[in-house]
Amino acid sequence: MLSLAWVVLIPYLGAALVAGVAHLGRLYSAWAAGLTTLASLALLLPEAPATFAGQTLVQRLPWLPQAGLDLAFRLDGLALLFALLILGIGLLIILYARYYLSERDSMGRFYAYLMLFMGAMLGIVLSENVIQLLVFWELTSLASFLLISYWQHRADARNGARMALAVTGAGGLCLLAGFVLLGEIVGSYELSAILAAGEAIRAHPWYAPTLILILLGVFTKSAQFPFHFWLPHAMAAPTPVSAYLHSATMVKAGVFLLARLFPALSGTWEWSHIVGGAGLATLLVGATIALFKHDLKGLLAYSTVSHLGLITTLFGIGTPLAAVAGVFHIINHATFKAGLFMAAGIIDHECGTRDMRRINGLWKYMPYTGTLAMVAAAAMAGVPLVNGFLSKEMFFAEAVSFATQMRFGWLLPLAVTVAGVFAVAYSVRFIHDVFFNGDPVDLPRTPHEPPRWMKVPVEVLVVLCLLVGIFPALTVQPILSVAAGAVLQAPLPAFDLAIWHSFSPALGMSVVALAGGLAVYAGRRPLFALAERSRGRLDAQRLYHALLNGLFALAGGLTRALDAGSLQRLVLLFVLSAIGLGVVGFLGADTPLRGERALLPVDGVSLLAALGLIAAAAAAVLLHRQRLTALIITGAVGLVVSLIFVKFSAPDLALTQLSVEVVTVILLLLALYFLPQTSPAESSRARRARDGLIALVAGGGTAALAWAVLTRPYESIAGFFLERSLPEGGGRNVVNVILVDFRGFDTLGEITVLALAGIGIYAMLERLALPGPTQDAQGRPWNWDAHPAIMASLTRLLLPLALLTAVFILLRGHNLPGGGFIAGLVTAVALIMQYLANGVAWTHARLPANFHPVIGAGLALALATGLASWAFDHPFLTSTFGHVHWPVVGSIELASAMAFDLGVYLVVVGATLLILVHLGLMHGASHSVPSEAERG
Amino acid sequence: MEALLALVIGVLTACGVYLALRGRTFPVVLGLTFLSYAVNLFLFAMGRLKIGAPPVIAQGAAGYADPLPQALVLTAIVISFGMTAFVIMLSLKARAELGNDHVDGRESS
Repeated sequence: MLSLAWVVLIPYLGAALVAGVAHLGRLYSAWAAGLTTLASLALLLPEAPATFAGQTLVQRLPWLPQAGLDLAFRLDGLALLFALLILGIGLLIILYARYYLSERDSMGRFYAYLMLFMGAMLGIVLSENVIQLLVFWELTSLASFLLISYWQHRADARNGARMALAVTGAGGLCLLAGFVLLGEIVGSYELSAILAAGEAIRAHPWYAPTLILILLGVFTKSAQFPFHFWLPHAMAAPTPVSAYLHSATMVKAGVFLLARLFPALSGTWEWSHIVGGAGLATLLVGATIALFKHDLKGLLAYSTVSHLGLITTLFGIGTPLAAVAGVFHIINHATFKAGLFMAAGIIDHECGTRDMRRINGLWKYMPYTGTLAMVAAAAMAGVPLVNGFLSKEMFFAEAVSFATQMRFGWLLPLAVTVAGVFAVAYSVRFIHDVFFNGDPVDLPRTPHEPPRWMKVPVEVLVVLCLLVGIFPALTVQPILSVAAGAVLQAPLPAFDLAIWHSFSPALGMSVVALAGGLAVYAGRRPLFALAERSRGRLDAQRLYHALLNGLFALAGGLTRALDAGSLQRLVLLFVLSAIGLGVVGFLGADTPLRGERALLPVDGVSLLAALGLIAAAAAAVLLHRQRLTALIITGAVGLVVSLIFVKFSAPDLALTQLSVEVVTVILLLLALYFLPQTSPAESSRARRARDGLIALVAGGGTAALAWAVLTRPYESIAGFFLERSLPEGGGRNVVNVILVDFRGFDTLGEITVLALAGIGIYAMLERLALPGPTQDAQGRPWNWDAHPAIMASLTRLLLPLALLTAVFILLRGHNLPGGGFIAGLVTAVALIMQYLANGVAWTHARLPANFHPVIGAGLALALATGLASWAFDHPFLTSTFGHVHWPVVGSIELASAMAFDLGVYLVVVGATLLILVHLGLMHGASHSVPSEAERG
Repeated sequence: MEALLALVIGVLTACGVYLALRGRTFPVVLGLTFLSYAVNLFLFAMGRLKIGAPPVIAQGAAGYADPLPQALVLTAIVISFGMTAFVIMLSLKARAELGNDHVDGRESS
């Protein structure tokens, strides 16, 4: 049904499988990775015949239908070509890596990352929706980061990975912006619509910014000048990764996108100049630098940069035939470059170094590998009878035909010939330096041919290079035709894949490149000396580092300016900015502070309560250095706050505030035991006056705001909840129904926060040792008679009653004030009373001491209630209710929301007790209880 | 009545801000508690004031207070407790690690 989604998904499942079987043995991961890839391939292949017949397969799943977004997959010629490259070369890489990785390397981790990459890359090429494409695009950056830094102990690997992620990640953000603009222009994020809207896109005023943003994504990913510098640094990765990600597939994602969006964006002045210009610059820069790299993989990396530039140039030229040549070169480059990287990996593996100044004369030791490398290098140079020659000929021909249309057009054939000369020169160097050129210099090991199966992947690729090179029409023509057709979205131009056409300018350029390349290599010594002298002069990397350091400096400076290591200063800044923002709001308004809502009359009791609260709050501030006194006054303030809730028709809030107040005061009392009993008077008078003034302004502003709101009429959505609470939620207590039903998802988040706070506190208290006082402030010894008999017996009697109350509050919560939060707090208070009155030891003997399972059970129950609705094809946390008739008792209503409320209850009980009991346990640990004799 | 509640919210805010600006951990925690009271009352006030009209569906009720701010504030109260607990434990931890109870971990202010 949704075969394409599965093609993408299977490698992700495979990643888990690979990681899972890794502990069974080294080779299990490799087998699992290989079989996963085969499974994905097996699902893809049945769709291929239809694609070859010219059909485009689109499969979709609703994702965010409200935003017009579907998860949509698309299979056409281009997607098929890339998917086959990804899976086919992937298989070869998996086989190769099994021999490449050493005993010390973790196979499971390597293959799991590789599978993650494979899934992401398949996602890019098979996406119909461009936003979805972007998600996979970023996932390939992440997978590439993990793979480059695979050898985590090496600094160059870590730095290379970070650089690659920074550059391609930043490009990905630009691409997202470009796609959003594109979606706005077209009115759809689907490729089918975008590709059909080319005229409209190019005529739109946003065309230029859209194009530039998308191209930034393309150029960073495909290592185009001036963003090319990350690719050579990515060579710190294991060689299979370089072969797979950084030559055959991931860096092709950029040019894939050029091909994909070719009908939508190409054919303008901006397109040909930006794309063609960047491509040409990359082609030249890459080819030149590659020749001077002494590192085998460095040479191949810059050669990759150069070939990516070649492909980009072809798309920049923008004619249908150039696009065909671009697709052709994508195929050819993937085959010969992957083969060359693998050969380089074998040489590195066998010699222990990649430095071409030391690796010489390997022909004597490994002639077979040498032969394979030579064929692949010939393809890279563009020698006849191998595949690289054919696409390079097409490239030269396109450059020549482009030249005739423009004034300085002749520069293009000249430039590409120069690049061709260097390509031949570095290919010759790769072969001559490594396999001939005297004897090896001081190699760490004596090289010999690698294991049989390590050569198989290289053989397969080299045979492909030859087959395509000699019989292009029989081998590559069908897939190239459908892929190029999908790129153009139009009938294909006539093209003839043959080794021999006629004496043409392109053939002349090929001959010049071959002869020139040999000449440059022959005269390399003075050139090398020149390169040595000019090293580091022109380096885009420097700009990157300067930018990065500037960013760090800015962030560091800003942080230091705001946060000078002083909380007081930070709080001050925070309050002042809040006041500033509030004042701006007041200044801008020209309406009176008081609204026209009818006011409630003041009654005597309320006035008295309010005055009491104000007096108590003032007293708490004035006496705040006497900490115990201030705490008790604060508790009193909290009680008046709960009275306010009672007065203004909020019984649930009153109950919650009341029980929270009790728990908070107990908690703060327990904590105060470990803190100084008084605060020293250390602020100056001026500072206290300043803080007082700020506090008054803040309080005055808040009061004014509250007054302005309270006196204005408003439209509420309360009607919705009041009307539907009983018929749809099955409860009369609307507040509780909102909590456990309408907004159940919020509540689930909130109890999760509470659980996290509890567990965080548990972690903080672990192994925390604080000395408690042995005497009070007046020097009187601490009273060890901790558990007075009368209180102890009373609380024991009260416990069942208190628990019964809690159950009652829990059960009635759906219809009358109460519910899980309040019942949980009441239960917690009842149990804490036991700890206080009877001591921790006595209570632990009777109650489980571990509250983590209670919290976990509560969360699991709440989550399960939500998930259960999926089983009935309803959205998460849909509730239901019904009535059960018990004999004698009568009709009882049962709602699924009650199970959810029970989860809330358990989390509240568990978290509250976890916090308080562990703090209480510290008391026991803070001093050894004196023996009977010591107490006298 | 509205003026009275606005005044109460203002006083609680002022006390909270003043205490939060102190230099020792315990007064700061008390200050946060005061600010929690103020914020919870302020949020509750967004539903305006009604007397004798709890949002519990009943036959013949004249009207109901707005249940939505109440539901928001109910969880806010519980979360405030979680936050207060976390902050006070943090101050205990700081006392243990740094040897004093100054908010910046240094005796000099």
